[in-house]
Amino acid sequence: MRRETILNTLLYLAMPVAAALALALDEPFLITLITRAAIFALAAVGLNLALGLGGLVSLGHAAFFGIGGYAMGILAHHAQTYTPVIDSWIVLEGTKSMPVIWLVAIVSSALAALAIGALSLRTSGVYFIMITLAFGQMFYYFAISWPAYGGEDGLSIYVRNDFPGLNTLDPMQFFALVFAILSAVLWWMGRLARAPFGLALSAARQNAERVETVGLGPFRLRLVAFVISGAVTGLAGALFADLNRFVSPTMFSWQMSGEFIVFIVLGGVGRLFGPVAGAMLFVLLEHLLSPVSDFWLIYVGAILLLVVLFARGGLIGSLAGREVAHG
Amino acid sequence: MAEPMLHVDGLQKAFGALQATDGVTLTLMPGEIHALIGPNGAGKSTLIKQIAGGLAPDAGRIWFDGREVTALGTPARARAGLGRTFQISSLAMEATVLQNAVLGAMGRAGSAWRFLRPVMRDAELVEQAQAALQRVGLTDHAATRTAELSHGQRRLLEVAVALTLQPKAFVMDEPMAGLGASGSKRMTSFLDGLRREAPILLVEHDMDAVFALADRISVLVYGKIIATGTADDIRADPQVRTAYLGEEDAA
Amino acid sequence: MTPILLIEQVLNGLQSGITLFLMAAGLTLIFGVMGLINLAHGSLYMVGAFAAAAVAGWTGSFVLALGAALAAAAAAGMIIEMVVIRRLYDRDHLDQVLATFALILIFSEGTRWVFGSFPLYLDVPAALSGPVTLPGGILYPSYRLLIIVIGLLIALGLFQLIARTRIGIQIRAGESDREMIAALGVDISRLYTIVFALGAALAGLAGALVGAIQSVQVGMGEPVLILAFVVIVIGGIGSIKGALVGALLVGLTDTLGGVLLPLLFGLFMDPSSATTIGSALASMSIYILMALVLLFRPTGLYGGA
Repeated sequence: MRRETILNTLLYLAMPVAAALALALDEPFLITLITRAAIFALAAVGLNLALGLGGLVSLGHAAFFGIGGYAMGILAHHAQTYTPVIDSWIVLEGTKSMPVIWLVAIVSSALAALAIGALSLRTSGVYFIMITLAFGQMFYYFAISWPAYGGEDGLSIYVRNDFPGLNTLDPMQFFALVFAILSAVLWWMGRLARAPFGLALSAARQNAERVETVGLGPFRLRLVAFVISGAVTGLAGALFADLNRFVSPTMFSWQMSGEFIVFIVLGGVGRLFGPVAGAMLFVLLEHLLSPVSDFWLIYVGAILLLVVLFARGGLIGSLAGREVAHG
Repeated sequence: MAEPMLHVDGLQKAFGALQATDGVTLTLMPGEIHALIGPNGAGKSTLIKQIAGGLAPDAGRIWFDGREVTALGTPARARAGLGRTFQISSLAMEATVLQNAVLGAMGRAGSAWRFLRPVMRDAELVEQAQAALQRVGLTDHAATRTAELSHGQRRLLEVAVALTLQPKAFVMDEPMAGLGASGSKRMTSFLDGLRREAPILLVEHDMDAVFALADRISVLVYGKIIATGTADDIRADPQVRTAYLGEEDAA
Repeated sequence: MTPILLIEQVLNGLQSGITLFLMAAGLTLIFGVMGLINLAHGSLYMVGAFAAAAVAGWTGSFVLALGAALAAAAAAGMIIEMVVIRRLYDRDHLDQVLATFALILIFSEGTRWVFGSFPLYLDVPAALSGPVTLPGGILYPSYRLLIIVIGLLIALGLFQLIARTRIGIQIRAGESDREMIAALGVDISRLYTIVFALGAALAGLAGALVGAIQSVQVGMGEPVLILAFVVIVIGGIGSIKGALVGALLVGLTDTLGGVLLPLLFGLFMDPSSATTIGSALASMSIYILMALVLLFRPTGLYGGA
């Protein structure tokens, strides 16, 4: 087995093992922390399709994270207040059912990604970075100035939403649900990278001219990648909102978008498990450093700077010892 | 007379004050190798780009395989059957040699929109890709990362990728560049056989190869075609001698 | 709405546009000359504001405070250029984004460490705290008018600097052809440091000028940074002229949108929902402007092909 495969297996198993340990030690807070890492990992796995495989440095993925979050917040808010979401010629009721919420989160963030992608993929490089960042900020300000769903204060949901056959209020069961979704998405992303679409997308990153010359359009490849990427991050947003039972405009903030990229790069760009490693490392640092200093982010900044300047393969790159990740 | 496979009519392209393509009209007939030669800066690459679809002409029209393609982009022209190789190798450098060829086969199958099954386990695509690699002699390097290929091997891979498309015509931009004497000779005999499958519009600096291969030669100078004819016609053309071959003799 | 109120809002739009220009000019120069995307430009804005607030607190002098803002931001810019940024010129944009994101974290938390989490206040100097009477009897805060004047003077100075001076010629040469300026014997790394420090000083000045209108706090730079990005996308990367036009467009759209859209919706809606929808849309207006520019000119109004 390749070293990276062994490392990936260890990383993958680390979360359920740590969660089981936390359960045995009766530390539900730790389970919640691990769940948080798993959700961040999912969000960054979504971004990694666009960023790692497609070479699209999106600094606006918080838009999709927030849309997923508000999909949950809005549907659950209407369900708990017994008011319909839409009450005109059609009547749309709120819901507390996770599968329905996820579906709405995926579809609405995919639609937003389609619109943002169609505009920003007309450009490339620095323009693309600035434009995705700006559109992300647009959603942030919109969420703040739209008072119907709490504006700046956000929305609280009293009880976690339902999943058939599970008690989602039990931290371990909710973690299992999140981990199952993360596993399924990781499995799909692994397949996707090797599927015809993945080869074409990766080739378009390396050499767009080559892809055009064999009759494939890079714009459409990138747009589809951006939409799938946004949808996965949107799903993560819905889960994140459910974890906290709270949504607020901070889910849309540009820092969130920046952190997703940080997860990917800390772990290793273009590697399937890079975002998982990065998100775990970040949450671990947060957990260990924040009691030490109120200014713990300064250390994160320093570590990040050192990784970017001197350890370009990220965590997996350093441990697996292979510079080039893309296959 | 047969219909031309490729017909370029009155193409114009200017960059500011520079008229890079100045009323170019040319045809590529089935079964022929039509060489396009000219001194550096004559506008060969600009012309090729317009034919392949990467650059929109200011005026003029292009027909390919009986239909007008002037308004189509590069991918659509490739799907219509125009196979192209680049002057500077244009490949996915991090991918393996076989993956590059499979990418071409995917283009021919017309679909990248499959999201589950590993492409390298698609027997049909891999078979087409392997066949193309075999024809250019790269079978032994199928699993090599493209970045590790020598310059000459990359040129061969360019041709192999174009082959996987099974195109109706080839547009090749200096396939001999940097190949060395023996490589050049092998490529020459390969292209010689290839013309029976599909005609080739060949831009080339290697005059031995051009005069050995070309059924017709067009000479491009300052964006204009100053002469078109057989190798003998071109050798004898006084205008060409002064504008172009004269320089070669002097050198 | 009265015409006087409208003119006042137009002036407010100009004022916010001109401070955006101070940010965007530095960003676009740095991108044009060094090919670098600098997310930490907002931190330099914050550094300028904090330096001004601190010095104004000690000395009570607004002029000294502005000088301190310029000096502190230029120094901070020079230091990060020499320690971090110059290692990034040859890197891809992803590395640049991450390293400058890391710098934001360091600057923000460092500032919080030194100054605490509470906002500081920088007072408008007494002489400028009142209104001036403009032609037509319009009363307008003299401090805001001063910002417009300073900003326009700096814009003029920048155009002169780039068109006339030796360093300007080097900057223009650097934008078109790096190898050529090396061949001309220009010390590139010194040029880069100067350009970066100049951009930083402009950002710091903007931070200080705005700091007297708003509060001075950690995180104040990033919203302005993102607006400056919108300005650059609209104006075209690398173009100072584009930055000026883009900044004024964004400033005016943002200010006037916030005032006019609720009024517009008020024509056919009840006042409370008109305010809600109007201000929500106004918050999106500059991004819609950006989207429109992208549709018709993907490289910006003054961007190259």
